[in-house]
Amino acid sequence: MQALVRLWTGAIVALMMGFSVAAHAQVVTEIIDPPLEDPVLEARAQAVHKLIRCLVCQNQSIHDSNAGLARDLRIIVRDRIAAGDTNDQAIQYLVDRYGDWVLLKPPLKASTIVLWLGPFLILLLAGWFAWAYFRAAPSQVAKAVPLTEEEQRRLAELLDPEA
Amino acid sequence: MRPMAYMPPVMFAIVAVALALGLLIVKPKEIPSALIGQPVPEFDLPSVVGTPHGFSNADLIGNVSIVNVFASWCLPCRAEHPLWVEVGEGGLVPVYGLNYKDSQENASKWLADFGDPYTSIGADLNGRVGVDFGVYGVPETFVIDGQGFIQLKFIGPIDRFALENEILPMVQELQALMVAEGAE
Repeated sequence: MQALVRLWTGAIVALMMGFSVAAHAQVVTEIIDPPLEDPVLEARAQAVHKLIRCLVCQNQSIHDSNAGLARDLRIIVRDRIAAGDTNDQAIQYLVDRYGDWVLLKPPLKASTIVLWLGPFLILLLAGWFAWAYFRAAPSQVAKAVPLTEEEQRRLAELLDPEA
Repeated sequence: MRPMAYMPPVMFAIVAVALALGLLIVKPKEIPSALIGQPVPEFDLPSVVGTPHGFSNADLIGNVSIVNVFASWCLPCRAEHPLWVEVGEGGLVPVYGLNYKDSQENASKWLADFGDPYTSIGADLNGRVGVDFGVYGVPETFVIDGQGFIQLKFIGPIDRFALENEILPMVQELQALMVAEGAE
């Protein structure tokens, strides 16, 4: 049994290490597209990359994605920044083409208000529910009636049959 | 029963309905286009080797037209292609091709093998024009009105139902609009 557990643990650890190696391999292959020569501009480009959603893999930023389109968009962002765009202008360039959808952090506006305020509404609702629930609980306890004399006598008998 | 006792099933129902809507109605793979009602981007692309003309945004002004984004490496494009051949032969609306990030050799062989329904084709070698059109996968299809404004975007391969119930009706509507405006 002990040996079996050890075997399983070993297998799981080996598997996890395998995955972590695979994850690193991804990170390496991802930086094929050439960075900008100016490190300051490159840092700005990469900061923008991290805000832009990959349209193919959807929950990754273009910084993390291996998709061909993500690479194209990374290069476009670099081109815009090298051409003198501010970060916001480079972001707007992509929003003009792909909509707010391309932003990992959606802007606060009428169509996204539910997205932004929804969690707080749910929290408020849950709070109200909890408050109502716990307020109701003590009244249940208060309803408990003390034992009658007859019951007390019977209880004493049961606990101490010799008396 | 106390009213609170109804809460768990009610909450379950709310969550279940929300999830069902998300699963059945919302298509997470279809990103709404930001370019509907916008003018087509400016571009001037060379032709695919073996085809006579290139393709520029000027071609899209003056006529209702269809722009079909395709590539020889794209299998769904092959699936929808016979329908475009049919539309091309019908001659009711010009279909322009945007050959997206393709090898010239493969693209001309593909057209020779499966037919070339396109009025003209632009070779978008690095995909920049595709990005200007908001393309994020192939195939994609756009319907452009007579003034060169994008009026419809279809994501993924078309089938006969989509062609006859979505794309061609939009083309006819826009053509009727142009005739009406021309008559004024």
